[in-house]
Amino acid sequence: MPQISRGFHGRRSEGPSDRIPPGQHLVDDFPVLSAGPTPHTPLDEWTFTIQGGAEPASWTWDEFQALPSEEITTDIHCVTKWSKLDTVWKGVSLDTLLGLVDHDAGYLLAFCDGGYTTNLPLEHVTDGKAWIAYDYDGEALEPEHGGPARLLVPHLYFWKSAKWVRGFRLQDEDEPGFWESNGYHILGDPWLEQRYWGD
Amino acid sequence: MADDRRLDGNAIGGMMLELFGVEMTTATEVCRTCGTADVVARLEVYMDAPGTVVRCAHCKAVLMRIVRGPDRTWLDLSGFRSIELRSPD
Ligand SMILES: [Zn+2]
Repeated sequence: MPQISRGFHGRRSEGPSDRIPPGQHLVDDFPVLSAGPTPHTPLDEWTFTIQGGAEPASWTWDEFQALPSEEITTDIHCVTKWSKLDTVWKGVSLDTLLGLVDHDAGYLLAFCDGGYTTNLPLEHVTDGKAWIAYDYDGEALEPEHGGPARLLVPHLYFWKSAKWVRGFRLQDEDEPGFWESNGYHILGDPWLEQRYWGD
Repeated sequence: MADDRRLDGNAIGGMMLELFGVEMTTATEVCRTCGTADVVARLEVYMDAPGTVVRCAHCKAVLMRIVRGPDRTWLDLSGFRSIELRSPD
């Protein structure tokens, strides 16, 4: 069993069986999971901020759109046991964002409109593993799916791909986020079925 | 739409009865964030997330998070200042 999903760039030549982690089933629709009301932050009030580096970094919506973007085709896996293959996104790589910040952190805590947080080791969001996505399937990401922008970390369970993300705090320690502090796994690798504490 | 996904506090009544053996929906809680007192049945509940999230109907602060694994349940009640349970007559 691979320890890292091979789905960063979905390969249709692979049969689904080796693209679906244990305990998951395929869906064709895109289920919406919400822990609260959907925020509707106007784009002219939206910023993306990285705290915890030598200097705080912040981008307005227009500045963020001007950053180099990538199209990503990938499989996604929700801890509620659905997987969806070949989803198509556009966004800014975390390699790009973190490359613009002088830091020596090992972890980040992402923060979002609505108060959600999730934690990630930087080694799991660099080298082409994570993006801030603002388009889905060729269109602007809808608010119910996390628009205007969400984190996309497809090799981990999808609760790590935080909706309505507004920035990161770079940290030396892996501080558990909203779900990770109350039962869900600190990392959440679907290929290892890291759903709950102790899995 | 998001508001269609919002339930009220009655949605957690069965789970609370199972976990604690008490009828929680008629209890009165006080929100730690805004101090509003309300009956649990009137709180806002989201159950389609990876866990259940109970929010204050007044300030929307998270009052309670419930995660149910196959063999364990995790509860975070830190958003409440207090919960007043009525004793049976
Ligand atoms: Zn409140």
